[in-house]
Amino acid sequence: MKEELVLSVRHVTSGYHEGGVFRRGAYHEVLHDVTFDIRYGEILGLVGESGTGKSTLARTILNMVKPDQGVVVHYTRRPQMIFQDPYSSLNPAYTVGWILEEPLRIYGKYDAPERKRRVRDMLDRVELPGEVLTAKPRELSGGQRQRVSIAAALIQRPRFIIADEPVSALDVTIQAQILKLLKDLRDELDLSFLFISHDLNVVYQLCDRVLVMKAGRIVEQGAVDDIFDHPQADYTRQLLAAAE
Amino acid sequence: MRRMNGYLKAGLLLTGFLAALIILGYFWTPYDPTAMAVGPKTDAPSLAHWMGTDNFGRDIFSRVLKGAGMTFAIALSTVAIGAVCGTAVGALTGYFGGVVDDALMRFNDALTAFPSILLALVIISVLGPGSKYNVVLALGIVFIPSFARVTRTAFAALREVNYVKSARLMGAGNGRILAVHILPNTMQVLLPAITIGFNNAVLAEASMSYLGIGVTPPDASLGYMLSEAQSMFTLAPWYAVGTGLVIILLVFGVGLIGEGLQRRGNEVA
Repeated sequence: MKEELVLSVRHVTSGYHEGGVFRRGAYHEVLHDVTFDIRYGEILGLVGESGTGKSTLARTILNMVKPDQGVVVHYTRRPQMIFQDPYSSLNPAYTVGWILEEPLRIYGKYDAPERKRRVRDMLDRVELPGEVLTAKPRELSGGQRQRVSIAAALIQRPRFIIADEPVSALDVTIQAQILKLLKDLRDELDLSFLFISHDLNVVYQLCDRVLVMKAGRIVEQGAVDDIFDHPQADYTRQLLAAAE
Repeated sequence: MRRMNGYLKAGLLLTGFLAALIILGYFWTPYDPTAMAVGPKTDAPSLAHWMGTDNFGRDIFSRVLKGAGMTFAIALSTVAIGAVCGTAVGALTGYFGGVVDDALMRFNDALTAFPSILLALVIISVLGPGSKYNVVLALGIVFIPSFARVTRTAFAALREVNYVKSARLMGAGNGRILAVHILPNTMQVLLPAITIGFNNAVLAEASMSYLGIGVTPPDASLGYMLSEAQSMFTLAPWYAVGTGLVIILLVFGVGLIGEGLQRRGNEVA
C-alpha cells in the first residue's frame, strides 16, 4: 500500500560561498544528500543540535533558498511556516483582526463578510477570545501571540506546515497547551507537520516519526518509538543520553 | 494612538498656532503686504503695525504672514518631493538589493558629496532661476538622498523579518509587501526624518532667497525678506527681528515634534 505524500525531498545538497571581494570564497556545505518524505497526516520531527542545518532545510523546502542539487516536491499548495519567535512573526503595525484577515485578502477568493466569518472560526479553533481581534500584537502574551501566529498560518487552509521550534520561546506550561493545540488542529484540519525542535521530550510527545540530523546529513530516521527505544546511530544515542 | 509626550505636545501646539496664522495669512492680512505707505516709513512696532513698517511704509507683520506662507509652502513641497521619491528609492534598493541597490546608492553617494546649497544652485542654473517652482524642484532633488538612505536601512532590515516572510509564503506580491507590510513599520524613522527635512528645507530656502537665487518679487519668502531687512538694519532693525523670529519659531516647533516622535519611538522599541 502506497501512502499519500505531502512532501518529497530527494538528494538535496545546499551550501554557500564565503563572501570574497574579487572571487568566490571557500564553499561550505550545509545540507548533504538529504532525502525523506512526509506522509499525509503525520507529524515528522526533525531533531539535531543547533547549527546542523535544520533551519536551512526548512528554508530550502519553502523555496527561500535554492538547493545546489536535488529536488523538493510539494504535493500540497501554499505550505506555511510557524516561527520560533512569536514577537517578530506578527506585524506590529496592525491589529490581530487585520493580521488574520490579510492572508484571506491576499488569497482573494472571499468577500469581506466571509473573511470575517473565517477569522472568527479560526480564532475559536486556536481558543482565543474575540477581544484580541482589536488588540495589537504587543498587547498580547507570548502564548497568545503564538496562537495568533498559528491561526494566521492556518487561515488559508494549507495542508502542510513547517513549525520551526514553535514552543521553545514559551514557558513550559504554555508549551504543553500549544503542543496539544497543534495535535488537535492536525486532526481537525487534516494537517501534516514538519516539526523542528532541539527538545527531544517535545518531539517524543508530539511526533509520529523523527529525522535525526547531524552536520547537514540525516543519520537516522524512523518511527518515534523505534528511534527512542532502539537508536541505531551513535549520534542518536548521544542525543538521547544528553536529554536524560 | 500611542502616548503623547511633552515634546510632542509643545511642538504640535506651537506649530499648530503658526500654521493657523499662516493659513489666515493666505486669506487675510491686516494690510495689503505689497501696498506702500500704509503707515509712516520705518516706523517702530506699535498697536497699528505689530512688527513696524519698512522703508517703503509697508506693514511688516502682513508681509511676514505672507512670506511665512510662501516659506511654509516651499518647505512642505520640498519635503514631499524628497520624502516620496527618497522613500521609493530606499524601498527599492533596501528591499531588492543587488545591482539596483549598488547603482542607485552610488548615485546617491555622488549627490551627497556636493554641499546641498551648491547642488541646489547648480540645479537652479540648469532649470532657470527666478521661479518658486524651480526652487521647490531643486531643493526637492537635493533632499532625496537623505530620505533614501534612512528608508533603505529600514527596508533592508525588515525584508528578512518573520512577518514579511510569512506574507511572502501566503502569496503577497512585492508591491503589497512593500506598501502594506513594511512601509507602516518604517514610520518610526520616516516621521522624524520628515520633521528634520522640513526644518532643513526652511533654512535652505531662506539661505537661497537670501543669496538671491530663491524666490523673486512679487513673491516674498522669509529668506527673501531677511535679505531686504539686512539693507535697512540700522533704520528698521524690527524687520530682521520679526522675520527671523518667525523662522526660529517655525523651526523650533517642528524640531520639537521630531524630537517627540523620536522619543516615542524609542519608548516602544
